[in-house]
Amino acid sequence: MTAPTTPPELVQLLTPEGERVEHPDYDIDLTAEEVRALYRDLVLVRRVDLEAVALQRQGELGLWASLLGQEAAQVGSGRAMTDADMAFPTYREHGVAWCRGVDPLHLLGLFRGVNHGGWDPYEHNFHLYTIVIGSQTLHAVGYAMGIQRDGAEAASLVYFGDGATSQGDVNEAFIWASVFNAPVVFFCQNNQWAISEPLEKQTKIPLYKRASGFGFPGIRVDGNDVFACLAVTRAALRNAREGNGPTLVEAFTYRMGAHTTSDDPTRYRVADELEAWKLKDPIERVKAYLFRSQLADQEFFDKIEAEAEQLGKDLRARCLALPDPQPTAMFDHVYVEPHALIDEEREQFTTYLSGFEGAQ
Amino acid sequence: MTTLTLAKALNEGLRAAMDADSKVLVMGEDVGKLGGVFRVTDGLQKDFGEDRVIDTPLAESGIIGTAIGLALRGYRPVCEIQFDGFVFPAADQIITQLAKMPLRSLGKLKLPVVVRIPCGGGIGAVEHHSESPESYFTHTAGLRVVACSNPVDAYTMIQDAVRCDDPVVFFEPKRRYWDKADVEFGAPGLPLDQARVARPGDDVTLIAYGPMVKTCLEAAAAAEEDGRSVGVIDLRSLNPLDMPVVRDAVNRTGRCIVVHEAPVFNGLGGEIAARVTEQCFYRLEAPVLRVGGYSTPYPPSRLEDHYLPDLDRILEAVDRVFGY
Repeated sequence: MTAPTTPPELVQLLTPEGERVEHPDYDIDLTAEEVRALYRDLVLVRRVDLEAVALQRQGELGLWASLLGQEAAQVGSGRAMTDADMAFPTYREHGVAWCRGVDPLHLLGLFRGVNHGGWDPYEHNFHLYTIVIGSQTLHAVGYAMGIQRDGAEAASLVYFGDGATSQGDVNEAFIWASVFNAPVVFFCQNNQWAISEPLEKQTKIPLYKRASGFGFPGIRVDGNDVFACLAVTRAALRNAREGNGPTLVEAFTYRMGAHTTSDDPTRYRVADELEAWKLKDPIERVKAYLFRSQLADQEFFDKIEAEAEQLGKDLRARCLALPDPQPTAMFDHVYVEPHALIDEEREQFTTYLSGFEGAQ
Repeated sequence: MTTLTLAKALNEGLRAAMDADSKVLVMGEDVGKLGGVFRVTDGLQKDFGEDRVIDTPLAESGIIGTAIGLALRGYRPVCEIQFDGFVFPAADQIITQLAKMPLRSLGKLKLPVVVRIPCGGGIGAVEHHSESPESYFTHTAGLRVVACSNPVDAYTMIQDAVRCDDPVVFFEPKRRYWDKADVEFGAPGLPLDQARVARPGDDVTLIAYGPMVKTCLEAAAAAEEDGRSVGVIDLRSLNPLDMPVVRDAVNRTGRCIVVHEAPVFNGLGGEIAARVTEQCFYRLEAPVLRVGGYSTPYPPSRLEDHYLPDLDRILEAVDRVFGY
């Protein structure tokens, strides 16, 4: 496979070389401080990801799904939300979690096996990670139907990948959103690969074009351009909040790493492809832009680098200090209301445990 | 007291639940203008509007998936699956999402969603319209599974299911939709997770739920003519099971037969038999017997009378349980 060329219909506001470019339909007016903040997000999110991969390699996490290469798609869309908007992630949205103020330790806890997600979805308006592919698209649409009924000024933003577009649930979500005119934005990170299956195993047409068949607009954005992702998602969310229904945003990006730490991409893709995408790195272009525009100096970059190092270090220490849950924790929260069978089994298990020597 | 069919009792129960809480929604295929294919939601859309009684696209996974989203936003959706055999496209959302999200969130999320499923056979229907899929759901931790058997329970149980903060799979015995009984509006019923002694008995205990309760009561009445005192337990709740009520009854009789339409193999009867054996071992006079469907797909309707447990199959089992 040859490296994908930039398709003509792609919304781009910042080239891989760090040049600001115009687009007739989308623009963004960012202060220097806002650009620096986006850069900081991108760098810190990548650092969290790097630390998590290392922790997995050292046996501290059972698994990790790296977001390497998708930082701009996640930070751009993540920063497009208002506090009232609700995000529905897959299991790779570490950058969006960051934007929503979720402590990365919670993400590590999940992949360490301490729990299935320890954050409060309502505190951050960031739903739990969904591992079954595409299921969360329907939850996002239902949530958006709730927003409609509440008369609230908010929207759902749901994340999924190129592979998920083949799922029935995603297609049902498109239909529901369209028919009910639900305030939801479908944010598809097309990272070109569903584990080992390339995009052509999922679709014969560009993914964003799927939307027209369902009766709502679809837009393809440069997923490695944080400005464009922010601008396009912001516009789509505003449109949804104003009662104009759903939008499908296809963020055209690339999964630079493995699907997860259990995967070996050398078995199914060529190194040239990776090299081509490295030239489109989402962070380097912002750095180049900041330099070129004299919006930041070396001192700024050094400061961010130091902050990232400290973040990684702290995160590692806190991850290693995560206690294993109590054995009986598996019985907690299975039901909200009392449940005779769970109560009975918890009691049996507690009695069983107490029979061991040294048991408390 | 008002005489109502089971379908109408559900309708009145839903109406009361919607009156009591503006967050209660009804959603499903044809539930609006038509009032559902069994008319359980008849008139609700007219009275509560299209925002609360939602005719959905024809996609069961979508119904449950969007109901989950609505519940996350604070609503209490009551979903109708049109027929038992059509629940399977929604099985993924029910099993991987609806059942597990409260635990996944460490209790920060609750999903008060009711999944109504007309179940069972005996109505001469085509394929996929007569099934008893309850064991798929009782086997899934995180779901409560209940089955109503009569109009009085139907009226209260549907309201209790809506009020419950856990997801509830609610089975409705479709061949009993037209059975009538006197229902008192506003009267509370037994708690949702409790079984009911439908008929006390001293010699043998029949354990049933949903459509088979009536059949068991008829069998018990027939057995009485032969001088046998046959008790009937209506389980009502299939997960959790109300074992104290079952235990008390079996300890009295020493003989137990579980009756359901679902295939015997790996059916709920196996679970009940195992628990009764453990908990009533020294009181049992005979092994726990099971009467149910065969290990075949549900047959064409001209054969369903042979497939479904009926009065004679139950009485034959009563005879057998006295043979030990």
